[in-house]
Formats: sequence, C-alpha cells, structure tokens
Amino acid sequence: MEARGLVKRFGEREALKGVDFSAEPGELVAVIGPNGAGKTTLLSILAGTLKPDGGTVDSPNGDVGWVPQQAALYRRLTVEENLLLFARLEERDDPRGAVEEMLELTGLGERRGELVARLSGGNQQRVNIAIGLLAQPAVLLLDEPSVGLDPRQRARLWGFIAGLAERGASIVFSTHDIQEAERYGQRMLVLADGESLFDGSAGELREAVGKETPEAAGSDFETAFISYLRHRGH
Amino acid sequence: MRAEGASISDSLRPERARSAWFLLLKDLRILRRSPLQAVLLIAYPVLIALLIGFAISRDSSEPRVAFLNEIPEGSRIAGGNGRLPAVGVNERICSRVECVDVADRAEAEAKVRDGEVLAALILPADLIDRLNSLSTLSPETPEVEVIVNEEDPLKARVVDDRITALLAEANLFIARQIAEEGGRYLDLVIEGGDFDVLGQPVEILGLRAVASILRQLRPAVPEGRRAELDRVIRFATLARDNLDVAAPLIDRLAQPIAVDKQAVSAPTPPLDVFAIAVAATLTLTFVTLLLVAGSLALEREENTFARLTGGLVSRTALLAEKIGLGVAAGLVVTLLMLAGVQLFAALEWGRAWLWPVAALFGGGALAAAGAALGATARDVRAVSLLAFMLALPVALLSLVPSGAVGAGLYDAIRVLTALFPFKPALEAMTAALDPAGPGIGGPLLHLTILIAAYTTLARLALRRFGSV
Repeated sequence: MEARGLVKRFGEREALKGVDFSAEPGELVAVIGPNGAGKTTLLSILAGTLKPDGGTVDSPNGDVGWVPQQAALYRRLTVEENLLLFARLEERDDPRGAVEEMLELTGLGERRGELVARLSGGNQQRVNIAIGLLAQPAVLLLDEPSVGLDPRQRARLWGFIAGLAERGASIVFSTHDIQEAERYGQRMLVLADGESLFDGSAGELREAVGKETPEAAGSDFETAFISYLRHRGH
Repeated sequence: MRAEGASISDSLRPERARSAWFLLLKDLRILRRSPLQAVLLIAYPVLIALLIGFAISRDSSEPRVAFLNEIPEGSRIAGGNGRLPAVGVNERICSRVECVDVADRAEAEAKVRDGEVLAALILPADLIDRLNSLSTLSPETPEVEVIVNEEDPLKARVVDDRITALLAEANLFIARQIAEEGGRYLDLVIEGGDFDVLGQPVEILGLRAVASILRQLRPAVPEGRRAELDRVIRFATLARDNLDVAAPLIDRLAQPIAVDKQAVSAPTPPLDVFAIAVAATLTLTFVTLLLVAGSLALEREENTFARLTGGLVSRTALLAEKIGLGVAAGLVVTLLMLAGVQLFAALEWGRAWLWPVAALFGGGALAAAGAALGATARDVRAVSLLAFMLALPVALLSLVPSGAVGAGLYDAIRVLTALFPFKPALEAMTAALDPAGPGIGGPLLHLTILIAAYTTLARLALRRFGSV
C-alpha cells in the first residue's frame, strides 16, 4: 500500500498536510502521535471511508481490512449474528467456520448468543476487531485496536495480528501507547498536527529523539518522545 | 471489511444484491428484537389509523340523539275541518338520526352531558295542540326542545347544523302536508265532491259543475237577465281556470327553491370507503416512513454505515435494501389492516388485486422519502421525530378540501401535498378501494415520479453520509 501527498481539510482546519505513507507485505506499521495528530484521518483515507482533498492512495489488489476505533456493530444482534452477517458480506467460503475461528480468537465463544448491547466496552471492541479480521485482507488497518482490552486479550490480539503479518498481510495500526508501538511495530510513522514528523524503525526513532533532545537522553522512551514532539514545535 | 482503496465503486453488482438480501434479513431480525420499536412502528399507526378511520366513518352513519316524545298517543295535526294523516314522528326522526330512547328529561340531559349522545330532542306534550292552533285566531308557536353540550366550538357547530337540518326537514314535511291538504280543498272547490262536516257528508258542487249548470239554464232565463247570468258563468269559468293554476303554486310554496346539484369533479367515493383509504394510507405512511428513515439512521448511529459502504455493499444497494424493507413492511401492515377493516365494513373484493398495487407504489414513494430523511439525520430519535413532524401535518393538509380555505392558501397546500407522497398514495388507495371512483393511473404515475425524485435525493444525501 502506498499513499502520496495526502491532504485532508475539515473546514478551516487542515487535518493532514501532504502525508506520504507506504507499507510492504508482511510489515507491521505503527502510526503514533498525540490526540488530533491525524492518525484516524489517515487510516480512514487508507481504508477508503474518507475521501482525501489531495493526494493518491494505491492499495494492491484493492483489499483493505478496516477496524475503526469506535465499535461498528449491530447492538441488537448477538455476537455470533454480527460475525455471521459480516462473514457473509465478506463472501467467506465457509462463513460459519470463519465465525468459529473468530469466536476462538476473541475468546467470546461462551458469549456467542449474547446481544452485543449487553457486552462490556472491551468485549465489544473484541467483536469489532474480529469483524475486521474476517476479511483476511492483504492490508489490515486498525485504529487503536487495543483500547479497552485487558493485558491477556491484548496479548492474544497481537499474537493473531503477528500471525497475519507472517502470512504476508500488511498491518497498519494507530496507537497512543508508545511502548505498544515500539513492541509490535516494525516501522513507525509519527504524526503531529497533520504533519509527518518521522518514518522509520523504533531504533531509528530512538536515535532521532536522542539527537534532537539530548537533554532527555536519560529518561524513558515515552518522556523522550514527548520532548521530541515539543522540540519539533508540537 | 474489504475496502477498495480511496475510490469505492458504487455500482450494483450481483454479489452486492445478495449482500443487500443479508442486510434485509438483518434489519427484520433487529425489528423483531425491538418490541417497543415494533409497537411504535406498527401497532401504534394501525391503532391511530383505525381510530381515525372509524371516527370519520362514524360521521357517515346517523348521529346519536336522545329522543323523548311526550306527545299523547293518537294526536293528529288538524287540517281545516279534517285531520292530516298521521305524522309518524318517531319513525320519521329516527330514520334520520340514531335515536336513543330516554325515559325523561333528566335522563336525556345526563346522556348529553356524558357525551353518550350528540344532543337530546324533546317533543313536548302540547306540540300538536300548538301546531293545530296555527289555523285558529289565537295561534301559539310550536316548539321542540333541544339539549346540547357545546363543550367545544366544533361540536357546537356540528350539533347546530344537525338540529337545524332536522327541524328544516320537519318544517318542510309539515308544509308539504298542509300544501297537499290545501290542494285537495282547491280541487274540491273546482271539481266538486263530498266533504265531511261534523261527521255528515256534504256535497260540494264545484265551479266546473256550477258553470255547466248555469249554461244549461241560460235558455230558460229571460233575455233581459241573461247578461247578468253570463257574468256569473264567466266568473265561475275564470275562477276554475285560475284556481287550477294556483294548485301547483301552493305545492311549490312548501319548497319554493329546488336544488339541482351538478358535480364538476369526478365522482367522490362513499365516506366509509374514503375513511378506510385514509386509515390505510396513514398506516402505510407511518410504518414505511419511520421504518426506512430510522433504519438508515441506525446504520449511522451504530457506526456500521462506513463499514458497510467501505466495500461490502454499495450505497445504492444499501438504499435499495432500506426502501425494500419499508415497502415490504408497509405492504404487509396495510394489507393486514384492510383485512381487519373488512370485519367492520364490506370492501369490494373484486378490486383486491389493486390494494397491493396501491400499497406498493405508495409504499415505494414513502420509503424513498424516508430514505431521503434518514440520510439527513445522524441518529434514530432525531430522524423519527423529523419524520413524524413532517408526515402528520402533510397528512392533515392533504385532507383539506377545496373551498375550505382561501384560493391562494389552497393552491399552496396543493403544491405542498403534491410534493409529499401521502396525497397521491391516498388517491391511489381510494381508487383501489372504490369501484366507482376515479382511475388509479394518475396517482400511480405521480407516485412513480416521486419514487424517482426521492430516491435520487436520498442517493445524493448518502454521498456525504460515509465518513467515520
């Protein structure tokens, strides 16, 4: 997947200012940045649910999976009914088999018959992610996927995502959590106020942070990252 | 979800039609899962429609009037030296209104106060005596007593109109009887015959016979007196001829102005058929409009719109699915309602095939309008309120007849109601129910244009309905 010079405006505000982006097959890319940086806007444009005001997006085979930050589920359907509906819409050869696979992944097998409206926010997020994974896409975009998940669920999620990447899928996820980005992202795209500040590996980012903010050299990565953003005027 | 890069094709593909089918099943399941929504969407409009339908159809039946007749048994209206035929007061009044018999004035008052009857009509014991006094030197005004409960201006107007019409009819009846009796006396004066005086028949010669006898006697009268006799013969002949003309005049006095009613519009349906059509169209309107608008807004509220239209289903297919959902639900509920109404009012089964046609076209236009509304609002409650606030006044305005308001205002109402599907849907439903009514072709064409217009509007509105 490749995007060039993406621009998006919401009225007077410029949410994205000519952002370039690329993801190779099997690569895990973390999009990080503070609130309002443009992470969700970028992912929405890559997913095709938002049209950019400028720039181009080229996605191989046209296959992009999208897990939005807000749960996009039918609250009056059960977990299983939601999964089955989207498995059918995704035209899976064996929709029921796909549902079983996702119930296993999310650990919601025992709650398959429960209405989504009665699930906790965390469990709703698990179903939300499972629906995004149903497509088995070439590129999977996840907007803050681990929000609301407990550590065990989070570990299970990242394990599954890593498995998808090993099978050749490009994974792009946004997060606030620098440690999570460092741990799971092979490459990082740092956004702030719609600008792309950095694109490279976690090691390269540490190096850049150390160079630009030597005063924060002794602190942890998150503190150093905040100093870096401040140093770059954000 | 499978998104197709930044440029998502919205074209309808066969697999997307299959997707629309899955969405339709999903919507029906959600509807079944929401008893309150189902009640609001289906039971409530059906209940309201039935109430309105019966309220209107009730107007076509006779108004309920408490009736107390205190006139002594066997009383007759006197006419000259004879008596007019029995008036049959009870039968005549009760053939025009639904009479509720009451024992006394107090009961009549209580029934009016409780709203059980529209009014109470009391014929006092001296009514016939007062009527008979009209032909004497000391006439008294005959009066009937009417008890009404004018709790609101509309009801007061209705009661006044009903009672005035009833009394006008009674006065006309009596005037006709008197005119007929007067005509008979004139006939007796002209043609002659027997007349009853104090139980004894008296022969009246009649002007015709008088003239004839005088002519026969003329030769026997001395020459010098014949001129006087000729004057009497001429008088009798002239009187006979002119009184012949007077007889129909007396008859016309009872009702000098006759009404020649000519309708310039197509024949109107019977009121009960119209009431059923109104009820059915109201049901169709609320079910279809609210369901489609709410269902489309729900996709936004649950954040699923972007997920669906990000490559799983085209916006056009989603729109078609929502319109199909509305049409299917509207059709079922409307046909069930018509079947239910059949229990109370006989409908023409020979035209039953037109009912689904009217419901399909009406439902289609209303569903398209619902989709256009649903595409403009962000949540179900807002769009439901909007749909209700739009549908109710438009439905009421559609029932305003020409002449009830000023010409300019009526033109504005006509334009407004032509833009919304309720009125053409009502016309189509009326045509489907009434065999003598106007054709269904015009309303169906009107609805087809509205389907195309609102679908286009909804599709355009959905363009901006996709961002997460």
